[in-house]
Parts: sequence; C-alpha cells; structure tokens
Amino acid sequence: MITTQHLTKRFGHVEAVRDVSIDVREGDRYGLLGPNGSGKSTLVRMLLGLVYATSGSISVLGEPVPRHVSRVLPEIGSVIEEPAAYPHLSGRTNLRLLDAAGPAASRRTRRRRVDEALEQVGLAGIDRRPVRAYSLGMRQRLGLAAALVRRPRLLILDEPTNGLDPRGIRDIRDLLIGLNADGTTIFLSSHLLPEVSALCTRIGVLDSGKLVLQDQLASLQEPTGRVLVSTDDPERAVATLDGLVERRDGADLVVRSPDPAALNARLVEAGVPVRSLVVQRRSLEEIVLDVTGAGSDQFGVPA
Amino acid sequence: MIAVELFKLVRRLRTWVSVALICLLPLVVAIFIAVTHIAPAPGSGSAFLSAVLNEGQLYPAAALALVLPVFLPVAVAVVAGDSIAGEASTGTLRYLLARPVGRTKLLVAKLIAVITFAVLAVVAVTVTSYATGVLILGPSRAAAVGTAPGGISGSIAPGAGGAPTAGLQPGGAITSLSGTPLTTLELIERVLGAMAFITVSMLGVAAIALFLSTITDSAIGAAMGSLAALVISEILVTLNAASAVQPYLPTRYWLAWIDFFRQPIFWRDIQRGFAIQAVYVVVFLAAAWANFATRDITT
Repeated sequence: MITTQHLTKRFGHVEAVRDVSIDVREGDRYGLLGPNGSGKSTLVRMLLGLVYATSGSISVLGEPVPRHVSRVLPEIGSVIEEPAAYPHLSGRTNLRLLDAAGPAASRRTRRRRVDEALEQVGLAGIDRRPVRAYSLGMRQRLGLAAALVRRPRLLILDEPTNGLDPRGIRDIRDLLIGLNADGTTIFLSSHLLPEVSALCTRIGVLDSGKLVLQDQLASLQEPTGRVLVSTDDPERAVATLDGLVERRDGADLVVRSPDPAALNARLVEAGVPVRSLVVQRRSLEEIVLDVTGAGSDQFGVPA
Repeated sequence: MIAVELFKLVRRLRTWVSVALICLLPLVVAIFIAVTHIAPAPGSGSAFLSAVLNEGQLYPAAALALVLPVFLPVAVAVVAGDSIAGEASTGTLRYLLARPVGRTKLLVAKLIAVITFAVLAVVAVTVTSYATGVLILGPSRAAAVGTAPGGISGSIAPGAGGAPTAGLQPGGAITSLSGTPLTTLELIERVLGAMAFITVSMLGVAAIALFLSTITDSAIGAAMGSLAALVISEILVTLNAASAVQPYLPTRYWLAWIDFFRQPIFWRDIQRGFAIQAVYVVVFLAAAWANFATRDITT
C-alpha cells in the first residue's frame, strides 16, 4: 500500500527525513513511532504530496507520488497533525464543503456519506453547531469524520487522538479496528506508545529522521523466555526452582523458563501457593527505547 | 471547486461587512451634501461629485469615484491576500490539497472568488448609490441650489482628459462630460461600462495580493504588501519624474472609466487600462502558480 525507498527530505541544512524505506502492506494497522521532531509529520506530508522529497521514491496504492498523487488521494482519508475546519461553519457544512472540493465525490450519496461519517465518530447530534463552539476532542472527531467521508481504502492519520479524553481514545481505537476488519489499511503516526501498542499490528520507529526499526509488533513481543511469578511463599519457591530464579523482589520472582505450564506444575507439586503467573514479553516501551536510546520523557510514556 | 470557493465567500461575514462599509462611504458623503447643500466646487473634489446635487441619477458615478482610490482596492487586497495565506494559517489548505484539489485549480478558483467579490462590491455601490442619489439628492432638491454644472476631479491623471463638465442641461437631460445630452439608455450603458472597467481595474491588485498570499502564511502581510505596491503606483502616477514608467503602472489608467461618460466614448485609455490589468493578471498569476505549485506545504 505504501512503500518508500531511500526517502530523504532536507529543509535548508536540516535533514528532517533521512534515507527512510518503509513498507506498509494491505490490511496493516501500521504505527509510525518517534519523538516529536523525529520526522513523522514530514514523512506523512510527503506521502500525501504536500511536501516534496529531496531524494528517494514513494509509491502509494501502486502509484508514484507525487507524480500521480491526484490519482490516489481520492482513495485516501487523512488527518494531518491538528484537524482544521472553517470555524464559522457547522461541522456538517464543513464536511459537505470538503467533499464537494476535489474530484469524483458523488453528489447523490454525499448526504448519506456525511451522515455515516458523523455517526461513526460520534458527532451525529451536534453537527449543526458552528465548529467555533467545538471542544478540542470534537474537532479531532470531526477531522476523522472528514477523513472517512469518502470511504477510503487507506487511512493516513498523524496523531489522530490528540486532545481526546480516555473514552474518546477508546472510541476511536474501536472505530479504527472495525474499519480495518472491513478492509481499510491504517497508517498511523504517533508519539504515544500505549496508543500504538493497543492498536497497531506493525510498527516502524523513527529517530532523528532515520528509520531504526520496522517489524510486526507480535514478533517483536515474542515471549522473552522468562515468567513472572507472584507467590505468598517466595522462600519455598526459590528453594524449589533453585538456579532458575533470576531476580526476586519481595513476593515477585522473575523465573527463567520456556514453558510456563511446566513451571506452574512444578511449583504446585512442591506446595508453593502461586497467586499469579505471567509470561514476560518486552513492552513496546522497552523495544522503542532499545533502538532509539532517547529519554522516555520525549515519548510521552505515562509515569 | 469554484462553487466551493463562492460558497465560502458568501458564507463569510467579512464579505458582507466590507461590502456594507464600501457602500456606507458614498451614503455618508451624500448625507453631508444633502444636508448642507454644499457640493464641491466645479473642478475640485472627487469626480462627478459637484454635479450630483443637480442630478441624483449621476450619483452612482460619483460614488464609484469615491470608493475607487482606497476602499475598493483595500477590500479586494484583503480578500485576495487571505485566499491562500488564510487557508494556510487555519490549516485547511493541507486538507483541501489532500482531497485532492489541484494547486492550479485552487489558485484559479480563488481568483474567480476575488473577482466575484469585486463585482459584488461594485454592483452594491452602484445600486445603493443610485437609490441614495434619487432619494436623498436628486432633481427635487436641485431647486434649492443653483450651482453651476460641475467639473470632474482635478486629481485625474494627466492624459485622462481636460476638465469638461457634466451636469444638467436646461432641458433636464443628463449631459456627457463633452456637453452633449445622454439618453437614459446611454447612461445605463455607460454606467455598466464603467462598472466593468472598475472591476477589471481591481484585477491587478488582486493578482499581486494572490501572488503574495502564496509566498507568506500571513494573510494580513499579503494584503499589506499588495497595498504598498498600489500606494507606490498611485504616487508614481502623479510624479512627473516617473513618467518613463507610468504607462506600466497598475493604477495608471484607473480613472479612464470617466471616459465612458464622454460623447463619443474615448476608448484609447479604456483599452489600455484593460490591457495593463490583463498583463498584471497574467504575470502575477503565473508567478503565483510557479511558486505555489512547487512549494512544500508545511502548515
């Protein structure tokens, strides 16, 4: 759906994007991660033909961009940084206006598509108020509705949940997962790890304009071969498992074991009361910090 | 896309406020003249103004002369300067382009919206000032003052003509600036011609503002820049030392619309006026296109 090859963009002396080759496949929920200023937005703008690359090539939906960008844009819905709308017009009028701009939007189905998009983002009841009176979260939803109104095959979303409350974030996530199940490919950029972790199936990580990692999230989060055991009798557990315990923190143990079921059976057999037993996986935070080495404060990880 | 731009134009309060303000100026002037019965002396003041006490139907011409030098170009510059820069600063530009709206198409649609605004303003001034002239000024009041037929403005650029007079003939028909009577039909034709010419006269400043609007993200900056160009032009037009460049200045033939009120119509400057505006539109639209089509949209 999206491939870039050796994509580079320089603004004056600043290299915003450096030799980036990403690959988003059909059906992906792709998350592009990176701290603020790592080049995510510049990359997104290049995919949409708003910013012209210094070198390298882009292909979106099989067409070269920016040369044939006008062929593919009708099939792409986008949120590009903050949403924007004409503040004196209502949310509905904004959507109608944006749909009327540009080619190939059927007038006959416009009302129905606008209704549907407003419904999808949960703005159905308040769409006649001027956008001026919208909260930040409502504007964000309206921006998403604008991306959905043409029923796109590909969604390119730059920080789509900015300004949303936890409920709004979950609503949008559920919506995106639903759309993806119906065949929409989703490309999302964010600096919020939990958001990407909860939504995406595949990630790319940008650091200072360079792509430092790209893989399936599931394979990045393979079990580490360690199991977290919590017990009321840690002494007996340590004695039973002997050298397998890597770390002990009060009642919590980190145990080296490839097979959690066998470990559990062994503990129960020895009479150790197991309160919980969890297969350890690397968190997205660890994965990202590993490859970027940046301070976690730049990633917006909740404390 | 043109329909979208026109919709945005008419749904914007600013459009109507600025049209109302443009219409207000001739109304205020008319009220002062009607109350005091003091029209500018012939040969001084704005064009046609000295004649309007005698003939209210001429007031649209006087009103157009009043709004032409400042109000109209300022309003046009504000609308044109906002066209791309305003969308850039609110962020709607990137969404329009990602829709996709072709960049060239967007520029043309914006220019057409600006022209529509200029037409709207000129028509509104003409209609309201006709009503003002007939109701507040006009022949019924002419009896109260026995002023001589007025002359046209003394501030007219060299080449626009001498100082012929317009006004009321003894028979009551409106006379042309050349002194021969005009029928009502002729008067309507000539007012329409003047309206068209004045609208076209705004195209130069509109194109300059549109070009600046693609360079900066500040709508006010683009408007001020084009107005600065206009002020320089208006000053150079009156400066003898600048006579070498005067034929190429955007405001050089602005007052040629007055030639529509001569008998017969004096076409030379009118044609030149149309031509110079066309040149400005072509040059600055091309520059705007060259800049906008290759620019990174980072706002």
